[in-house]
Amino acid sequence: MDKRNIASVIVFTIVAIFFVISSLLIHPFGMPDESEMDDYIIENTQEETGANNGVTSVVFDYRGFDTLGEATVLFTAVAGVILIFRRLKND
Amino acid sequence: MTEMSRIVRTISSIAFPFSMIFGLYVIAHGHLTPGGGFQGGAIVASACAMILVTFGSKWTITKIKEKKLSILESLGAISFIALAFLGLIFGAVFFNNFLVGTDYLFGVIPPTGSVIADINTGGLLPLMNFAVGIKVIAGLFVIVLVMAYATSSFREENK
Amino acid sequence: MIYNIPYIAVAALILLGLYALIFKRNLIKMVIGITLIESGVNLFLITLGYRKDSIAPIYTSSPGGTMAFPIPQALTLTSIVIGVAVLALMLSLVVHIYRHYGTLDVKKIRRLKE
Repeated sequence: MDKRNIASVIVFTIVAIFFVISSLLIHPFGMPDESEMDDYIIENTQEETGANNGVTSVVFDYRGFDTLGEATVLFTAVAGVILIFRRLKND
Repeated sequence: MTEMSRIVRTISSIAFPFSMIFGLYVIAHGHLTPGGGFQGGAIVASACAMILVTFGSKWTITKIKEKKLSILESLGAISFIALAFLGLIFGAVFFNNFLVGTDYLFGVIPPTGSVIADINTGGLLPLMNFAVGIKVIAGLFVIVLVMAYATSSFREENK
Repeated sequence: MIYNIPYIAVAALILLGLYALIFKRNLIKMVIGITLIESGVNLFLITLGYRKDSIAPIYTSSPGGTMAFPIPQALTLTSIVIGVAVLALMLSLVVHIYRHYGTLDVKKIRRLKE
């Protein structure tokens, strides 16, 4: 038990030191570095997709393939839950 | 789980249609205001979970079997993929938005800048919102219903 | 460092979730730790897409001005739904383990052999 306890404390300390160091090197809140892709989407989303909502046009039109993958994950989770709690006929 | 008292049953029967209409409004106006398929589906599923908590899982599972709900969820997933394949037939790309610019169903292009909302815009987006909305409603409701019935003490066989 | 206060909140959430996942022996507490880590990651994704004095990226009766980025908001939507699906599967497995073993202690579950 002692080896496992020391290993977990070492892992936790490494992750905490990583977070402290990287919070000094990250960019300030509200000033991102590059914004070319999002500027293109904000300007052209009313001509190409015809929607007034920028987020819906990204979710369903510019990146519709990610929504297809997410629908598959939701379907697999529902199938797994029904499979675990099925009622077997034991007679 | 057992059911609750008469006051709780009356009030939740009154509040259930209003929550469902609000959730369907959020799904249908997904291309104009913040919202869409996933958010509206979560609102309607939480209204259905309120009915499950109030009336008990034993009464609810005699009214709605889980087989019909899983057929409804598969219908939502199949219609989402069928809409994506229709874009392949009428254009040349998967997920092509072929209703923008034409005058069939949802094909008005809004002028640029700040406009007043017009529901006739959007192309293929409102149809995909409905498909994903039905899928999320059925999926979340069947998860809550199966887990509530299986952990109660009304089952005959023991596992 | 004082300019990026949301990143300190993200680090606090992830470290709390990691502490609950490593140092606790009850299965339900470990599931709560995994959920805390997911909430921290979702918050980090949203704070990456903000410009100073910007409004939501929606054109319906908008007052005008610069708009925030729409892409990190779309990725966070997908991540939240996947988190719900994984949480449902984890809780079903915990219920099944409790019915089979009778206890929820992680050290005892590893030792019993049937």
